[in-house]
Amino acid sequence: MTATAPIPTATPSLGLAALPIDPDQRKGALGQISLRGVNCYYGSHLAVADVSLEIPPRAVTAFIGPSGCGKSTLLRAINRLHEVILGARADGSITLDGANLYGNGVDPVAVRSRVGMVFQKANPFPAMSIRDNVLAGLIIRGQRRGSKVGDDLVESCLRRAHLWDEVKDRLRKPGGSLSGGQQQRLCIARAVAVRPEVLLMDEPCSALDPISTLAIEELMRELARDYTVVVVTHNMAQAGRVSDRTAFFSVSGAGQPGRLIEAGPTADLFSAPKVPATRDYIDGRFG
Amino acid sequence: MSVTALPMGGGHTGPGSDFAADAAVPPMLKTSGPSLWRRAKNRLAAVAVVAAVAVTAIPLVSMIWTAVARGSQRLDLALFTNSMYGVVGQGGGLLHALTGTVLITAATATISVPLGLAAAIYLTEYGRGQLAALTRRAVDVMVSIPSIVAGLAAYALFSMILGPGTRSGLAGAVALSIIMVPVVVRSSEEVLAMVPGDLREAGLALGAPRYRVIRRIVLPTALPGLTSGAVLGVARIIGETAPLLLVAGFTDAMNYNLADGRMATLPVFIYSQWSSKGLDAAAYDQRAWAGALVLMALVVVLQVLARALPPQIAKLRRNR
Repeated sequence: MTATAPIPTATPSLGLAALPIDPDQRKGALGQISLRGVNCYYGSHLAVADVSLEIPPRAVTAFIGPSGCGKSTLLRAINRLHEVILGARADGSITLDGANLYGNGVDPVAVRSRVGMVFQKANPFPAMSIRDNVLAGLIIRGQRRGSKVGDDLVESCLRRAHLWDEVKDRLRKPGGSLSGGQQQRLCIARAVAVRPEVLLMDEPCSALDPISTLAIEELMRELARDYTVVVVTHNMAQAGRVSDRTAFFSVSGAGQPGRLIEAGPTADLFSAPKVPATRDYIDGRFG
Repeated sequence: MSVTALPMGGGHTGPGSDFAADAAVPPMLKTSGPSLWRRAKNRLAAVAVVAAVAVTAIPLVSMIWTAVARGSQRLDLALFTNSMYGVVGQGGGLLHALTGTVLITAATATISVPLGLAAAIYLTEYGRGQLAALTRRAVDVMVSIPSIVAGLAAYALFSMILGPGTRSGLAGAVALSIIMVPVVVRSSEEVLAMVPGDLREAGLALGAPRYRVIRRIVLPTALPGLTSGAVLGVARIIGETAPLLLVAGFTDAMNYNLADGRMATLPVFIYSQWSSKGLDAAAYDQRAWAGALVLMALVVVLQVLARALPPQIAKLRRNR
């Protein structure tokens, strides 16, 4: 599929057994993601072409690039949420700790339980209380935890998301009663509660004020100690502040597919980009 | 009747306004207000609109007034504690018809709400391609199906199974379901479509299968609207007469068994009291009007419920 030099993988396709939903059955998992020759389509339209990229575990990787370059689409392909859209599909290979997420017989549901996601617009479930929102992953899957276990999980996840002190007295209130920044942190707590290895964040701060943005950025740095974090951002400064590695995507024109232009350690990419297009974008000359 | 002219254009261009003195206003805007012709047209339109409202409201007010005035003559305790069994003149009541209406309506809702909701879930969450298009078209046609046709369909169905001339409350419920199912599908589909797509995606992103996301996220989020739609569906069929006349028939006696024998209902009670009066015609008329008043009250209660329930559900959630 691609002409890039073959990078050895542990096992090309481990199938369903390699992707247990139960977090306790995957001790020692790292959350290392490899993309090889990934194409994303909307119907017959090729939106992202031939992306090969290594995403290191326990670090923040930022996807940057102009609008329409396919960075959000690629992000959604990593947890197989891209294909939920009518007519959308992806091919190529994306592996998580060696297991091909697009292998035959792999259940997208199992993939998503290991690759969590935070969306651009904070979307707590309106029919659920703050507490139930945190436990939503378990509630939806029908695994109602005992009250004490549930309480502990709610507290630890809300503490992780730096939200505990603000909501501990109103856990039974609806999630929609919080401010925008609080709602986004609630969504992070909700994503963390199902114990994924990877957290995908699709422009998580674009609808937030600067103070809330700073709080989320700080949180991303902390989360990267335990999770592989991939963040799509339009904000160059944010990519510079939070990410260890940056991947720059671009698109050559309308109707053309988005492509990966270059990827590397954020410091290197920002100070000494190898490709002129990257320098132009970072310097604000286009995009 | 006094008609106030509708406000027109900018209110600052009147003769008393100091706006005209403003040098920044271009000369063409410096007028002394709307022309006489425009004012006349405005007044004319206002009169026409108010008259239309009056023409619409008069029959409604008159109908409510008549039903209350005439119906209240027999709105006594005996009306709700007696059937018409053995009654040929004064007295009697509509307990048998009220019981029948409650039973048949409950049976109809039990059939229609799950069916209609399931179809709506299929259409909003899974339906793609030809089958979905066909289902949608079928629902569109069924919404406008004449109720007598629904009655004949149920009559034919039960005649085939249980022999010709079979009448029962259940057959009535099936006939009414033919009318109510498309109503529930329509309203539920609308409400489900209003649940934001990003909530579904958020649910899927937590590693849950689609049907669980629908069960735990989409349905609870839509619950207030779904409840309201179901209640309005009940309000739609509770006054149906023609299909019940055909398949549930009429009786003067109590019948608590949906599966066996004729069962009276309020609309059919009203019709039969009026159409086949006994010797004391006034007593039959009074009972018909009392039945009409009770039926109207039921519909009003259902309409109020449909409005009051959604905010109540939301409030319960807030205070949980």
